[in-house]
Amino acid sequence: MSLLEFCRWLQYSGPLHAMRDSPIFFPIVATIHLMGLALIGGSVLVVDLRMLGWALPGQSVASLAQDAERWLLRGLGVMITTGILLFMCFATKYYYLTFFWVKMGALVAVIIFTWSVRRRVAMAGEADVRPITRKLVALVSIVLWTTVAVGGRYIGFP
Amino acid sequence: MNLFRFFDWLGNTSWSVELHESRYVFLLVLMIHVLTISVFVGTAVMIDLRLMGKTLTSVPVSQVVTRLMPWTEAGFVVMVVTGALLFYAAPVNRYENVFFRFKMGALVLAAVNVWLFRRNVYRWVGDWDSDPVPPRLVRIVGAVSLILLALIITAGRMMAYQDYWFGNS
Repeated sequence: MSLLEFCRWLQYSGPLHAMRDSPIFFPIVATIHLMGLALIGGSVLVVDLRMLGWALPGQSVASLAQDAERWLLRGLGVMITTGILLFMCFATKYYYLTFFWVKMGALVAVIIFTWSVRRRVAMAGEADVRPITRKLVALVSIVLWTTVAVGGRYIGFP
Repeated sequence: MNLFRFFDWLGNTSWSVELHESRYVFLLVLMIHVLTISVFVGTAVMIDLRLMGKTLTSVPVSQVVTRLMPWTEAGFVVMVVTGALLFYAAPVNRYENVFFRFKMGALVLAAVNVWLFRRNVYRWVGDWDSDPVPPRLVRIVGAVSLILLALIITAGRMMAYQDYWFGNS
């Protein structure tokens, strides 16, 4: 079964018909998806702004990152769950949207980047990482997350 | 002069019509408005969660507030500017939208919540600044703020569905 066939099967399955026909299902899930945006935005920015030296200068990056990570994971949980539901409603439409694939690519990239490079840099001792490295990592993180978000917004445009 | 007639007039000014009919400028403004949720609501949520003792518990509350609030405020300014433009693009439509009214109401309540916080419990922040879990009243302020922000997002998203749900009158 090709990916397109899978999308088609998904979209025209019984439960999916019911979901799509409901006038409130999609709006409610989309709303919760937006709340996830706030959670991820906040937990990412707290650490990235700190690494850029723009917020909470007195605090250690490592402890901020540790605290924020829990909320980032929760935000991701909300986003991915609601995201899958939204995708299921209109799977074949998204399959053909370039921006959907840009978003997915950026999402995979940012998740890998966050839990490999960014995490290691954030958790390292203050003296072990050069400030410029930290800033670069924060910048990459913000750019990648922004790409995910912009892609997400574009998916919804007519 | 009643509001309806004022917004009707506003919606017929040439810039409003141009903004309404421009495909890309309108969508760009809308995109900025939606994505700034991550900055405005995002940093506000982190502050609220700190007030509730749910995150950054080793950082004094005053630190979190003074260092993150500028970002919340910057995000808020972007929200108000882009929001005003979105309103200006279709004044009557927004004015008659029940979710828009609800959203504005929730926004006012959220502002009142912040104002009360600053006027009351936050004045004695020194007494509980470093508490991992702040006093009950402070936790309530954080929770109320979170609920109102969630309502604002919900109402904002639902604005798009008024015609679909209730028909175009």
